[in-house]
Amino acid sequence: MVTAQSEVASQYNVIGTRPIRHDGVDKVTGAAQYGADLQLPGMLYGRVLRSPHAHARIVSIDTSKAAALEGVKSVITNADFPRASDDVIDTGEGSAQLNWLLDNVIASDKALYKGHAIAAVAAVDHHIAEDAIELIEVEYELLPPVLDVRDAMLDTAPKLHDGLKTGEMDGSKSDGDSNTASHLRFAKGDMEAGFADADVVIEREFVTSMAHQGYIEPHNGTAYWRADGTLDVWTSTQGSFVVRDSVAPLVQLSPSQVKVTPMEIGGGFGGKIPVYLEPLAAILSRNTGRPVQLTMNREEVLLATGPTSGTYMRVKMGAKRDGTLTAGEVYLAFEAGAYPGSPVGAGAMCALAPYDIPNQVIDGYDVVVNKPKTAAYRAPGAPQAEFATEAVINELAEQLQIDPLELRLQNAAVEGASRADGFTYGVIGNVECMQAAQDSSHWNSELAGPNQGRGVAQGFWFNIGFESSAYAQVNGDGTVPLVLGSTDIGGTRASIAMQLAETLGISAEEVRPHVVDTNSVGYTQVTGGSRTTFAGGWAAYECAMDIRRQMAERAAQIWEVDAAEVEYGDDAVIRGPADDEGNERSFGFKELAGQLAASGGHIVGRADVNKTSSGPAFATHIVDVEVDPDTGKVDVLRYTAVQDAGTAIHPAYVEGQMQGGAAQGIGMALNEEYYYDESGDLKNASLLDYRMPTALDLPMIEPIIVEVPNPGHPYGVRGVGEVPIIPPAPAIQAAIADAVGLRMNELPISPRAILEATLPEEG
Amino acid sequence: MQAVKYVRAASVDEASRLLQEGGEGARVLAGGTDVIVQARERTREIDLFVDIKQIAETMSIAYDAADGLSIGAAAPCHEIYGNETVRELYPSLVDSTSLIGGTAIQGRASLGGNLCNSSPAADGIPTLIVLEATVEIAGPNGRRSVAVEDFCTAPGRNVLESGEFVVSLKFPTPAAGSGARFLRFIPRNEMDIAVTNAATQVRIENGSVSWARVSIGAVAPIPLLVADAAAALVGQPLSDETIAAAAAASRAAASPIDDMRGSIRQRRHLAGVLTERTIRQAAERAAA
Amino acid sequence: MTTQTSHIVVNTTINGEPTVFLANERDSLLEALRDRIGLTGAKEGCNNGNCGACCVNLDGRIVNSCLVMAAEVEGSEVRTVEGLADGDQLSPLQNAFLEEAALQCGICTPGFLVAAEALLEQNPDPSEHEIRYWLAGNLCRCTGYDKIIRAVQLAAGQGQD
Repeated sequence: MVTAQSEVASQYNVIGTRPIRHDGVDKVTGAAQYGADLQLPGMLYGRVLRSPHAHARIVSIDTSKAAALEGVKSVITNADFPRASDDVIDTGEGSAQLNWLLDNVIASDKALYKGHAIAAVAAVDHHIAEDAIELIEVEYELLPPVLDVRDAMLDTAPKLHDGLKTGEMDGSKSDGDSNTASHLRFAKGDMEAGFADADVVIEREFVTSMAHQGYIEPHNGTAYWRADGTLDVWTSTQGSFVVRDSVAPLVQLSPSQVKVTPMEIGGGFGGKIPVYLEPLAAILSRNTGRPVQLTMNREEVLLATGPTSGTYMRVKMGAKRDGTLTAGEVYLAFEAGAYPGSPVGAGAMCALAPYDIPNQVIDGYDVVVNKPKTAAYRAPGAPQAEFATEAVINELAEQLQIDPLELRLQNAAVEGASRADGFTYGVIGNVECMQAAQDSSHWNSELAGPNQGRGVAQGFWFNIGFESSAYAQVNGDGTVPLVLGSTDIGGTRASIAMQLAETLGISAEEVRPHVVDTNSVGYTQVTGGSRTTFAGGWAAYECAMDIRRQMAERAAQIWEVDAAEVEYGDDAVIRGPADDEGNERSFGFKELAGQLAASGGHIVGRADVNKTSSGPAFATHIVDVEVDPDTGKVDVLRYTAVQDAGTAIHPAYVEGQMQGGAAQGIGMALNEEYYYDESGDLKNASLLDYRMPTALDLPMIEPIIVEVPNPGHPYGVRGVGEVPIIPPAPAIQAAIADAVGLRMNELPISPRAILEATLPEEG
Repeated sequence: MQAVKYVRAASVDEASRLLQEGGEGARVLAGGTDVIVQARERTREIDLFVDIKQIAETMSIAYDAADGLSIGAAAPCHEIYGNETVRELYPSLVDSTSLIGGTAIQGRASLGGNLCNSSPAADGIPTLIVLEATVEIAGPNGRRSVAVEDFCTAPGRNVLESGEFVVSLKFPTPAAGSGARFLRFIPRNEMDIAVTNAATQVRIENGSVSWARVSIGAVAPIPLLVADAAAALVGQPLSDETIAAAAAASRAAASPIDDMRGSIRQRRHLAGVLTERTIRQAAERAAA
Repeated sequence: MTTQTSHIVVNTTINGEPTVFLANERDSLLEALRDRIGLTGAKEGCNNGNCGACCVNLDGRIVNSCLVMAAEVEGSEVRTVEGLADGDQLSPLQNAFLEEAALQCGICTPGFLVAAEALLEQNPDPSEHEIRYWLAGNLCRCTGYDKIIRAVQLAAGQGQD
């Protein structure tokens, strides 16, 4: 594809181009090694027994028959683990309390959701491991399950955890036990005055279902506990250091005794940050002295990993007749799953983030229910919260008879605006995205037929920075191997290598990025939070600057001049002062690289950065749908995704993030849901019935990249991964309303939901 | 995967013998797209797979005007929808076989397997019913034929006795002026189990419907032949009124359940919608 | 419960090479390829035919190798993603996937490549709808399919403009 360079990219040589990704060949030939592809000599295969009940006390577990089966080498339960403390560890896009983390890995006294791990076996092959699982006898005392966030918040609800109190932001706790683990509130202005100023006030309730990240690769973990007490872990993870720092305390090793090697990872979207199998593999390996590999099947992935929260939400907003938003009141109750820790806090900060509304109150509740512990899922918390608020914005636009993009532009947050949580924006591309959407051919086109409708919505996500490392050496031929700790989920080897190449003035192909284990590179935070190209790229920039400095020093040494007189140009030419005869002196990068060995040795650049800043991301999506009123089916006809990337390092992969995020958002909007029966049994734990979009369900998704460079990054990067999942649901909700006059405030807006809303009482 | 053994049968008789010896745990392996999953997920006790794909009769697709069409029970979907005669004379079989699973499933899945799996939501069975297919069964006591609408008895259950298996499906040559259509409703555009499905075959002579069959699926324990829907059509010119009456008959015949794939109201309503749509489209094919 | 696992010898041709392998009778073709033969290009995404990550070509047709018993491929020809390139020469489709950035995490890529190759063999000039229909059994969660469709179009000689 021939693509003109953007205005921002025109100042760069490498940034803004579309080189072939460095790991591409391995990934189109089948050579790339994902976690489940690993085979080690003597390796055993593990399997996990899971609770068939959503809420039950574990009375007894008898593993004797399983242990006696020929070929079974070890059977473990929670009792095989050391007791975990209630210390909290940082997991990048969240945190984890160790005792809850261990209980989620393998249940102690209670099974808290269907699929909760109860016991694990290791055997000589996976068929025998499966057989052995069937031989474990567990006695359960059934307890009433709590499945809905509203029910769980009632005082009368059965409690999941003894001693769990509701924590407030001031540190106070509720007197009695509660399923509400915490309550937070962000507020500014005067709500009474805000609503008094409004000519129109709309208040709506919203409900969303749990939804899963749906990565195609199931979780896996392989561990080898050596006789010397060191533990090797191989796993497909978004954060090898988080795995190290999660596993080590659970098995009572120090981080220095644990080495985690990240395998290629088949998708994560936030869901491959927590550990599930790795601690089990570690203990099974300790017990057997052999490497042990555990993999999940798809049912286990859906039952027992970390989907995003189901929610109940209320939004009340007021506006003047001229469209000025005067007040916004948001109530968010998020299902955390079995243990506290939903993304309600992020949802609360995002809920009204695209708008400058003077009076706001946002309440958030983190509530435990008998469903799997939620994990991060692409802009965690924001798709739910912004579905609710964007839907109300769209309804206000309709009532006020103002174009929905105009209404948004009129109230858009710009530089200097502050959110209810106190954050004040720097340079952001919120307005630029809305304007680009207004200018798009899609927005200016006509709908083609009956039952068709158009919707638009805005999205905001923070993005994060934090720790990244980049080490690079200069080979004699001028190529530069680059060592990274960020696991590459979608082209970050390329996007980081490109920033190193840009800084050094060499080509992307001359950089050879490698993702390495936790002993071979400095601490690197998870591939998540849209941080990897941002912080990893920053580390690469500083690493390259370190190389530039050393290369200049080496040239100075060769020329026998003062280093201050040597300059490393952006064209990768190292220039010194003229020699005694007045001749210009310079080295090309390759030329000097070839002289390094003989002139004092090779050069290694390194950088370890910890960036607490970030570049907020905004997106505007436009969608056309057609609704079949007879069946309730919604077809997505046309889709345009506008997004501020800051600077698009590798535009093809930026587009890919925008398209992929939109596709996940479309899935969440239309069909994806956790469908439980009243006993807490997940009835659709397969990719047949957990309906993610197929190629036939989507149109081409047109990406429009807006570039408002982030002044807080050497190359203006913002981070692009997460925000595109936010606008699809409210945009589709609005498009359906436009098409058939039906405002659906529950997700997913499935054909069933549409028919149930439209059929007369007895069809 | 359960501890399952695998054996290839070289003939119909051998297959029947192996199945009889294998007892309850023996299952025919044709395309395997249902039974392999059931064996792996331990939803059904299976300890022997009898692979019938080496038997020519179970794999062949043959047609002659007098006897009609014969489709081997294990012939994969892609060979069915790729067959010129099927495409020309039995386009409703193309409707069904090109909707079962995705392309890779269609490389293996068979109509015989779809029938023997006896799911209420099977996308092959309503079409077989409206095409008046008969099921050719072989077993220890020889051969017998069963009308396809009498084959399924309950979800996952059918009339096959120990040692019996389906060898082929036979279809009469469609009469002049007939047309058939199968449709299903799924939430996505591919890869789903039908929320509801329906098939209709009509014969139109002198502007009037002279014969009809309507079948609906996923709305009862077995796919249904809806005689009342056909009766609403036969003997009159096709009109909005007769079609509406047929759709009403389908809705009345439906006794669906509520589950993760659809609600009772939704399924009952869709039975009517799909009946109407299949009638109209079958009539278009009849006229073509 | 019977747990005695009997092993079987299977004679087959894999990526053009006559191959004899020993399998557990309970193995699927996917398990045999990955665990017995060491060809880990085909991936397990769902193990029940709903994702297409394990797609291989069996006697000229694409199948989900998780829904084929290893014993069934006796005498058959199997082609996997590892057989698409000719030595170090990538196939046009593989190159198109790289040029169009048609993969992010890459786990679904082997299945898409095997499936799309079979499409182009029988239909060298497919429409966008035909490509989407053919590939509907292959789930990708990263790309939204756009770039995959474009890569297939590029390989088919349609996508260059």
